Amino acid sequence: MRWYAPRKLHEALALLTERPDLIPIAGGTDIMVGRDPRACGHDYLSLANVAALRGIRETPAGVAIGALATMTEIGRHPIVCRALPALAASARATGAFAIQNRATLGGNIMNASPAADNAPVLLAYGASVSLMSVARLRHVPYENFHSGYKVTVRRPEEILGEIFVPYAPLGARHYFRKVGTRRAQAISKVGLAALLVGRPGAWERVRFGFSSVAATPILACALAATITGTARGLPDDEGLAEALGRDLAARDDIRSTAEYRRRIALNLVREALAPWRHQGGCDAGQ
Amino acid sequence: MYTSMHNDSRFGTTPLKDAPLRKDGMEKVRGTARYVADITYPGMLHAVTARTRLPGGTIASITFDDHVPWSEYVVVTARDIPGINAVKMIETDQPVLVETHYRHAGEPVVLIAHPDPQALADALAAVHIDERPYAKPPVFAIEEALRADTRRIAADNVYRDYLMEKGSVMDAEKESCQVFEAEYHTGAQEHLYIEPQGMMARMEGGILTVEGSLQCPYYVHAALMYATGLPEERVRVLQCATGGAFGGKEEYPSHIACHAALVTMKAGGRPVALIYGRGEDMAVTPKRHPSRSRVRLGASRDGRLRFIDIDFVIDGGAYLTLSPVVLSRGVIHAAGPYRCDNVRVRARAVATNHPPFGAFRGFGAPQSIFALEAALDELARMLEMEPDVLRRRNVLAPGDISPAGQRIEGPLDMQRVIGQALEACDYHAKVEAYRQWNAQKGAIRKGIGLATFYHGAGFTGNGELALRSRAGLRVGADGLVEILTSTTEMGQGMQTTLSGIVAEALRIPYEGVAVARPDTRDVPNSGPTVASRTCMVVGAILARAADDLIARLRADAALPSVYGYGEFRDACARLHAAGGVTTIIADYRHPAGNEWDESVFQGSPYASFAWACYVAEVEVDAVTGETRIVDFTAVQEVGRVVHATVAAGQIEGGVVQGIGYALFEDVRFGADGQMANNRITNYIIPTSADIPPIRVLFLESRHGAGPGGAAGIGELPMDGPAPAIINAINAALGTEIRHVPAMPEHILAAMDRRSA
Ligand SMILES: Cc1cc2nc3c(=O)[nH]c(=O)nc-3n(C[C@H](O)[C@H](O)[C@H](O)COP(=O)(O)OP(=O)(O)OC[C@H]3O[C@@H](n4cnc5c(N)ncnc54)[C@H](O)[C@@H]3O)c2cc1C
Repeated sequence: MRWYAPRKLHEALALLTERPDLIPIAGGTDIMVGRDPRACGHDYLSLANVAALRGIRETPAGVAIGALATMTEIGRHPIVCRALPALAASARATGAFAIQNRATLGGNIMNASPAADNAPVLLAYGASVSLMSVARLRHVPYENFHSGYKVTVRRPEEILGEIFVPYAPLGARHYFRKVGTRRAQAISKVGLAALLVGRPGAWERVRFGFSSVAATPILACALAATITGTARGLPDDEGLAEALGRDLAARDDIRSTAEYRRRIALNLVREALAPWRHQGGCDAGQ
Repeated sequence: MYTSMHNDSRFGTTPLKDAPLRKDGMEKVRGTARYVADITYPGMLHAVTARTRLPGGTIASITFDDHVPWSEYVVVTARDIPGINAVKMIETDQPVLVETHYRHAGEPVVLIAHPDPQALADALAAVHIDERPYAKPPVFAIEEALRADTRRIAADNVYRDYLMEKGSVMDAEKESCQVFEAEYHTGAQEHLYIEPQGMMARMEGGILTVEGSLQCPYYVHAALMYATGLPEERVRVLQCATGGAFGGKEEYPSHIACHAALVTMKAGGRPVALIYGRGEDMAVTPKRHPSRSRVRLGASRDGRLRFIDIDFVIDGGAYLTLSPVVLSRGVIHAAGPYRCDNVRVRARAVATNHPPFGAFRGFGAPQSIFALEAALDELARMLEMEPDVLRRRNVLAPGDISPAGQRIEGPLDMQRVIGQALEACDYHAKVEAYRQWNAQKGAIRKGIGLATFYHGAGFTGNGELALRSRAGLRVGADGLVEILTSTTEMGQGMQTTLSGIVAEALRIPYEGVAVARPDTRDVPNSGPTVASRTCMVVGAILARAADDLIARLRADAALPSVYGYGEFRDACARLHAAGGVTTIIADYRHPAGNEWDESVFQGSPYASFAWACYVAEVEVDAVTGETRIVDFTAVQEVGRVVHATVAAGQIEGGVVQGIGYALFEDVRFGADGQMANNRITNYIIPTSADIPPIRVLFLESRHGAGPGGAAGIGELPMDGPAPAIINAINAALGTEIRHVPAMPEHILAAMDRRSA
């Protein structure tokens, strides 16, 4: 096993171009879990000392979060807490304190688990990410980042640099809820983040990001279309469930059942929409 | 007479600062305690185990790929076993290494060792075990095992069939009474001790020396003699610091010890470490027996129990291991601490193709108590009585005869235990408040539930007589008194409790007592460290050894009749000057009048019981089915609290384990019958965020058979949480949940059934 720990970003990028087989490692909280102590190790590229990948910056359009920013830093950051409360909440719902001190946002999405807790929020907020290599820098909308189960569009010579999260319009509803197996240190059974702006019949933005209901974190487009396409009020439960049925590919696994996931997804969507459910929607008619 | 301690400031202070520090505390806090995986010897080998993959079958051949330099490795198969190829337990049906026939996936077949631990993964992958399945499909469920046309694993697939009978259920049924009937299930449970299992073996001066993580040094010692054929004096077993056990290290350490021993014997005595990873540990080591109970209760309209009729079955897995004794404890506790003239408990342990289930804190009692206590709440609902009233009407009082035929002796008072618990949590006010709250049908529903139960301490029936335990004290020139016992510290605080007992009996400071390392060459056989027997049984033996030591010091070293610590030490110095180091060993004495007839399950099954009433308060989220326990009250009559912090720690820890059993801990079995969620990520135990304030209160009527009237408490707290929590959930939701763990998935489904 070899361990490379450059301090400069260009050194890290050069190393990775030369040795695309190196495994980048940030907080290590995903990588270390998967290691088999009885087998020979891999070679690693530690990013921990690369200062350029750290920090949380405020820009006029949003917040730029370095790939190495930890859950603790994000969960406590005043701008994030104020302007992007759902992200602060998802960071604080990731693992527990000890993990949050090491776990990075870059690692969370690069690990590409469908259950990543911060993925739904990044989808709901319409985040984008930057991927860097010696040759170039490119920006990818986060909703196009996951291309399959545990696969991303990152190329072997690329490093994830920054996650950019735009501000939400004033008056938006920021919703996040994780339904896990216990209150902390849990992999989610269903995670939902929503950004909702406007009102029934006059929506400006409707974005629902889910974890743990498909092979990747997903943006629920059919659900959004059904909600924005309903001229008066909100779709009824059947309408929501039907739309979710098109978005979700929930499965039975070791942590829960497909049925429970579908049902909780619907219940959480209803909860996210609660402020509007009693105004002119189907509920008002009851 | 009444002490209380808890982490709830409303109930006064905790006695932490008054209690002596734990004997093993400093080395554990500072990280200097040596666990088996911390030990290294020059030239030592690391070993791994190749296992069967099918749930039962035969091995046609074992082949080894050429690309591995096998000459660097030590390879052991069943053919290398010098003694008998069986793990010595109650029976000897389980092979140390499979030769041909086997019964479950995960059975050990080949051991491979190499000086470099990183050279093991490749070699393991290069061992090919050619397995042939049996014609009939494997059996994984209790009902399947009992059907006549399924695969036979043992004779009739029944290891044991017990009947505990008192009066006549049949006659009682003829008279008019209200009958409630339902079926209850409990799942398997993984111990999840922090330290996975492991053993280190080596030959030292012709003596096979095995040290490791274990509960019962003499069980391991016996198993090693049996499998290696070595005589007693050439086998030595030592315990290392052990990071939790909960029953999980009662039996399986014998397997690992035999394996490590076989490798070292084949490797010319070189030290061999065989340490399990977490995944392997969870997949192959025993868990709590799953159970199914059919409960029928007959009661008069005013709630007097007329009959209790229970059919209790536990899944023993593929070999007998400890199932008979788990079953007998389950039987005896099945009818609870209630007065009832007509009781019938039929109990069976069945064979399936799961890896064997085994000892786990409570040992069959949590399973059968869950069924009865949950059924009692449903009976109360049927009778339109409050659950606490129903229990108060039936609970045993001094002078009553228990379901097993034991006469209850005063001064203990279960009515007081119940009263104390209800008062501590303001039970009646909450019942009313939650009823009103739930009527609003909001997203959060609230409920409160209770369980009343007792737990017998010590080996069941005549078990303690058969064990004939011994323990002793050793004292040298400096007057430090060393406890000699094979009882092991595994985190439960045994060193502290026993030191306190000895210090008290000798009237010397706690600091003047130490505990010798469990080493079969040095300590007598005090029996296994199980069954809530340490304080009560071993503590009592040590108290008598202390009396003997005082008598000796008086007779031979002029210890005055009233003495201070200085005079005690002076006397020890004189004793030493005259005759060297003195060792005093005392034997177990059976309490008079405690007879037990195993054939009919009648008599006195335990020398004493601890009695308890636990109350759980829950909030259930109707949106997700998630349950949060918001408050927990544990009141118990334990005879006497020997060490306040250790005792409270036992109760709190047991309650937490019981919360896990009730709500979170779901052992999932794969198609091969092994635990499929064998990782901490997927096997969910509660964390501190899931644990409510736990009020722990003790009543001390000095009724126990242990020192100063203490009864055992180690397992008691495992029994109550699951039924109290399920009763609270059912009260909150109006559901009929009849199994644990009750996961959110089940709770939502139960809510649907209720609405349907
Ligand atoms: C006990 C425990 C609890 C956990 N709980 C949760 C939870 O509740 N929710 C949750 O979502 N996750 C959880 N995790 C998973 C993990 O902590 C998170 O996914 C974390 O954010 C990963 O970040 P890291 O920096 O530790 O990643 P690492 O382990 O260092 O890396 C993860 C992956 O990302 C790659 N990578 C990291 N940084 C970069 C980069 N800048 N460029 C390119 N590739 C990169 C690595 O090569 C690797 O493939 C838990 C883990 C543990 C051990």
